[in-house]
Amino acid sequence: MADPVKFTIDGRPMQAAPGTLLINAAKEAGIAIPSFCYYDGLALQAACRMCLVEVEKTPKLQVACTTPVAEGMVVQTDSPQVRQARKGMLEFLLTNHPLDCPVCDKGGECELQDMVFRYGAGESRYVESKLHVDEKQWSPIVFYDAPRCILCYRCVRICGEGLGVGALGIGNRGAAAEIVPNRGDHLECDECGACIDICPVGALTSGTYRYKTRPWEMEHIGTICTHCSNGCKTTLGVRNGNIIRANNRDRSGVNGEFLCVKGRYAFDFNENPERLTAPLLRAGGEFKPVSWAIALATVAKKLSELKARHGKFGVIGSNRTTNEENYQLQKFARLVMGTSNIDHHRTGDFATLLDTLSGRANALATTADVYTTKAALVIHSDLAQEHPLLAFQLRANSRHHKAHVYAVTPGPVREDNYGTGVRADPGREFEVLATLREKLAAETELIFLFGAAIKGAAIRQLVEFGDSLGIPVKYICLLDYSNSRGASDMGLLPDLLPGYRHVSEIGLDPGMDCDQMLSDPNLEALWVVGSNPLARQSLGATNAFLVVSDLFLTETARRADVVFPAMSAYEKNGTVTNVCGDVQKLSRGPKTMGTKSDLDIVALLAREMRADLGPTKVDDVFQEIRRTVRGYENLPFGVIETGGAAATAPVHGPVRFESRPELIRPTANGLFTSGTLGRFSGMLNGLIESPGALYRDPHVRPVIEFGSGQLEMVQDK
Amino acid sequence: MTFSPELEARFAKMLQSYPPGRTRSAVVPMLLYGQDEVGYVSQELVEEVARRCGVTPLQVDEVIGYYSMLHRARLGKYHVQVCTNIACQALGGEQLYEHASRTLGLGNKDVSPDGLISLEEVECMGACSWAPAIQINYDFHHLVTPERFDRLMESLRDGSYGRKAS
Amino acid sequence: MRYNEPSDLEVRVISQRFDLPNSTSIDTYLANEGYVAIRKALGMTAEAIIEELKVSSLRGRGGAGFPTGMKWSFVPRNSGKPTYIICNSDESEPGTCKDRLLMENDPHQLIEGMLIAGWTIKSNKGYIFIRGEYRYLIEIVDRAIAEAYERGYLGQNILGSGWDFDLYTHTGAGAYECGEESALLESLEGKRGVPRLKPPFPAVVGAFQSPTILNNTETYSSVPVIFRNGGAWFAGLGTPKNGGTRLMCISGHVNKPGVYELPMGFPMMRLINEVCGGMRNGKKLKAVIPGGSSAPVLTAAECENLPLDFDSLAKLKSMAGSGGLVVLDEDTDIVAVALRTIKFYAHESCGWCIPCREGTTWLKKLLTRFHEGGGTERDIDTIGELASNMLGRTFCALGDAAAMPTTGFITKFRSEFEEYLKKSQGRVQPAPELINV
Ligand SMILES: Cc1cc2nc3c(=O)[nH]c(=O)nc-3n(C[C@H](O)[C@H](O)[C@H](O)COP(=O)(O)O)c2cc1C
Ligand code: SF4
Ligand code: FES
Repeated sequence: MADPVKFTIDGRPMQAAPGTLLINAAKEAGIAIPSFCYYDGLALQAACRMCLVEVEKTPKLQVACTTPVAEGMVVQTDSPQVRQARKGMLEFLLTNHPLDCPVCDKGGECELQDMVFRYGAGESRYVESKLHVDEKQWSPIVFYDAPRCILCYRCVRICGEGLGVGALGIGNRGAAAEIVPNRGDHLECDECGACIDICPVGALTSGTYRYKTRPWEMEHIGTICTHCSNGCKTTLGVRNGNIIRANNRDRSGVNGEFLCVKGRYAFDFNENPERLTAPLLRAGGEFKPVSWAIALATVAKKLSELKARHGKFGVIGSNRTTNEENYQLQKFARLVMGTSNIDHHRTGDFATLLDTLSGRANALATTADVYTTKAALVIHSDLAQEHPLLAFQLRANSRHHKAHVYAVTPGPVREDNYGTGVRADPGREFEVLATLREKLAAETELIFLFGAAIKGAAIRQLVEFGDSLGIPVKYICLLDYSNSRGASDMGLLPDLLPGYRHVSEIGLDPGMDCDQMLSDPNLEALWVVGSNPLARQSLGATNAFLVVSDLFLTETARRADVVFPAMSAYEKNGTVTNVCGDVQKLSRGPKTMGTKSDLDIVALLAREMRADLGPTKVDDVFQEIRRTVRGYENLPFGVIETGGAAATAPVHGPVRFESRPELIRPTANGLFTSGTLGRFSGMLNGLIESPGALYRDPHVRPVIEFGSGQLEMVQDK
Repeated sequence: MTFSPELEARFAKMLQSYPPGRTRSAVVPMLLYGQDEVGYVSQELVEEVARRCGVTPLQVDEVIGYYSMLHRARLGKYHVQVCTNIACQALGGEQLYEHASRTLGLGNKDVSPDGLISLEEVECMGACSWAPAIQINYDFHHLVTPERFDRLMESLRDGSYGRKAS
Repeated sequence: MRYNEPSDLEVRVISQRFDLPNSTSIDTYLANEGYVAIRKALGMTAEAIIEELKVSSLRGRGGAGFPTGMKWSFVPRNSGKPTYIICNSDESEPGTCKDRLLMENDPHQLIEGMLIAGWTIKSNKGYIFIRGEYRYLIEIVDRAIAEAYERGYLGQNILGSGWDFDLYTHTGAGAYECGEESALLESLEGKRGVPRLKPPFPAVVGAFQSPTILNNTETYSSVPVIFRNGGAWFAGLGTPKNGGTRLMCISGHVNKPGVYELPMGFPMMRLINEVCGGMRNGKKLKAVIPGGSSAPVLTAAECENLPLDFDSLAKLKSMAGSGGLVVLDEDTDIVAVALRTIKFYAHESCGWCIPCREGTTWLKKLLTRFHEGGGTERDIDTIGELASNMLGRTFCALGDAAAMPTTGFITKFRSEFEEYLKKSQGRVQPAPELINV
């Protein structure tokens, strides 16, 4: 590290690393320099000129957003001249900006409003007419109101640099300049809505949110997205029990400002009129809504009787329920029902990876590692479609730290645009890896991110390959759903207890896996929690008693004898573990009538059966997990409690289990699908313009060289 | 999309004139020369230029919006540009433009119904010392009086207009 | 072709071949000391070339008047990257029409100047960025380039030196801002002509992210004669620190407007009265815009005893700029000139930064209203205040180029605005008083 530079801001002596921008150095010291166009992590623009400051011995005011600190520099950020310049700039900005704040969605959250409030003049000298251009709708979710746009180019940069899509550009010039979409009059993009969120004013507004509420009428609840395994933090704006908006209000969480289309818009399933709100009991071929008491009693009676005569019973758990729910569910199966017939829809072979890496420290990468690693290799995943946050992190890494990225995939992927892309049909990836060996070995470190095609023996082969490179390699086994990792960690597996201990440790034999349960004609009862196996498979035991907990009447629920209406992830507390093993907290947002969390359902059922499942409260269950589950020991509760992400520890020691690669079934969810749940999101299904298919990044090309002032942050390809 | 052999030759040369991997540099020249042949920047031209230069159509679109000589709508066969900037203004450029507008019956950037003539009030075009000046397509005409202007327009209409700059 | 009669007072150095028959042909050029300078330069080291340029006190003819020798010395020569030679032939500063003549009449002189620059930094590629309106010049320059290739002055192993240099023309498409050097480079790279952040300057990170020499057409065209006749000789033509001659473009209310080559420091009033045959129709001089429309206007009084060089004009808080002088007589409506000037900048503002984009537009609207007779006393102050809110605060110099002349008109001819107000009062409903935000 070079020696820090010493300088003075507003009379306060300070120091910072050489190259630190004045605006950041000041922020560090608690001095806010106003800005619109400056945005951390995106290319420098110096366009809004709000950040002008006085630098001694420099005749002109300097822009703090592009001026690095220098030894002996004396800076004034609040001198009369600076204040006058800011006022002048705001006055200019307001000339063509409509003063429609009372009906503007951004009112109350608008950076321009705040800035004028703080630094602006109380009156305007502008008496000329304002430019008017009609508002445009660019997609079902993106609306653009050009007169409100202050041309800070944040949207253009987040789309080009951040998402690697480049669907937004600048049209016209001078006062007529405006933001333009990539398809003439409409957008064809990821529909992630990042442009809307990053807009400091109300120029870009959201189709789902506009004119619905004032921001201060909502309660803002930070929780974790329920869709893919990347586990982005999302802040739900809830009013009167309804989710009005999801965004990333405070940019906290593993995802910073990032959210994909699902995180931002696919919350509307929650209020889908088809949501189940009362337990259903099959009576004479028909479902009849019943009280919870009746439903629970019916199931308890059936299971107690079954248990008494050792009838065959199984549980299929969920990839979206919380760790606490999964943990209690497997306890229910094993301790109450005495069976190890429990499994879940496996989307990746994580257990084999753990076993292969047994005894190694630092072999599993976290979400944060993906942003800092010097190099990464993606094998068999269309990362931007399936793991949008990891893709975002990797792109940011390549932009900010020039990380080298390799992609070995069956079709074109976005990573090709800023890394080395090689095509390989499934099964031939190792041939390709061999050709890359020299390049990979020349890296100083690597993260391998591999999709479901790498499973069983292939995982062992991959780790062998990694070892042979002679550099530190970390791994990410890509799983699909928001708590796929938690389902596996919490022992929703026929031969593994929570923490990947073998079931024999508690005196049980390995049970049946999903396929076996579904096909066994002698199965007498099956409880399916938050999963829809009958969408793909049929139930072999045609007479089995089927209990389903779900949000909707899925294919599986339709076959059930009893259906419990469950809460969604947005309605409950608990923790989930993302694809990289980062544990984060869900917080209860809206409430629906009549539903219960799966945690409560398990507890109630156990109580009804007079069995003791231990703790019933979320926090107590979590404490038990922290005490007993390998990898979750001593997880920093405070970090999770305050909305942070805590990485699970590696499982030291081998994992003894029966590898069943044929059970691994990737979902092939892209940006616009989310398993069964996705079918109930009108928003997701309504985004017809979006490309969305895997391995087909059709027209998207990155705009990595956009604009001016890209100097440090842009790689020149 | 194909162009005349001469233009194809020019494009081929153009693409080679920039450093390796810098075909994007050809975007502006290709659009301008393409427009000269097509008559305006059509969507087809946008996509063709994008393809040949290895950029997205959006990146081409951004460029078109920026440069005042690139037009998304068809201009007249003869695009008459009258400068009214200060040097021309001093010697009657604004009156000349008004004269043009009145006699041609065209507003700024309008095209005559027969598609023959379009009119544009333009910024300084580098003829200040010989003001007032106009350009018809790429030909300069210096020291233009209203009478000379009328004669020039007449020659456009009767086909006697030559390519010689005056 | 020259479009005006020459004057006896001219010192024809870079325009010496303008009136020769076939002046654009390489044979004419060779017969008249052409490509002599590059032969000399090829025998010189980069340091020696730069030293000679410094001695010549040649200053950039594009507008800022930056010493050319110094500029060339800033180019790192061991960056490991390719380097580029760029000629700024965008010539769009209102009042300027000289680069046009240099390319139209003596393209080989320009090529030779660029060759010397290329050899100095061992560059292998150059581009002449010509404004889109100058299509006919692209044809002329392309022909000259082809001739130079044929005769071995361009291409591989130039004159047996082992050094290769390729030269190309590149067209703009109508944007004044593309004359600003970094915007020109963006445009050359196929993008919107929006300026780049500086530093780094083009000398270090220029065309295609590589070290670049970027000069004006006239600057390059002045280089060969310096190496033929020596830097000291060139310096001696002008005044201290302002070496050589320059092509002055005189327009407006004089009897013989035109482009004339005159030594730096040539007196303004002699230019008007002797070279240009005095004011038209015997009118009195009111004002001169001395260096393209960005240069703040001078009053007649300021023009007395004024040598036309960079430093003398800077002393008057104006500038020699691009060498375009617009001479205005007593009948000139200054409000109309101020309006037309700001209209230009509003039209040409690239829109990148707030103060330029909104400032020029506001000033245009205000002055339009004022000119139509809807002005108020307060407007006159507002004009000045808006210009000062732009000045020095914009991303690139276009904002200054718009603010400076505006300030000039309003301070030096304030009384004209006041008169105008009185005369026009009542013609149009004046603007309402302040409205609250
Ligand atoms: C708004 C603006 C427009 C400019 N236009 C031109 C131009 O048309 N031609 C030119 O040579 N220089 C122009 N310049 C100056 C160039 O940025 C640059 O300083 C010049 O080309 C350098 O060459 P020189 O050192 O030979 O003068 C302009 C500058 C600004 C700020
Ligand atoms: S749309 Fe919003 S974010 Fe984008 S440039 Fe305009 S004001 Fe900035
Ligand atoms: S934040 Fe510095 S110019 Fe916008």
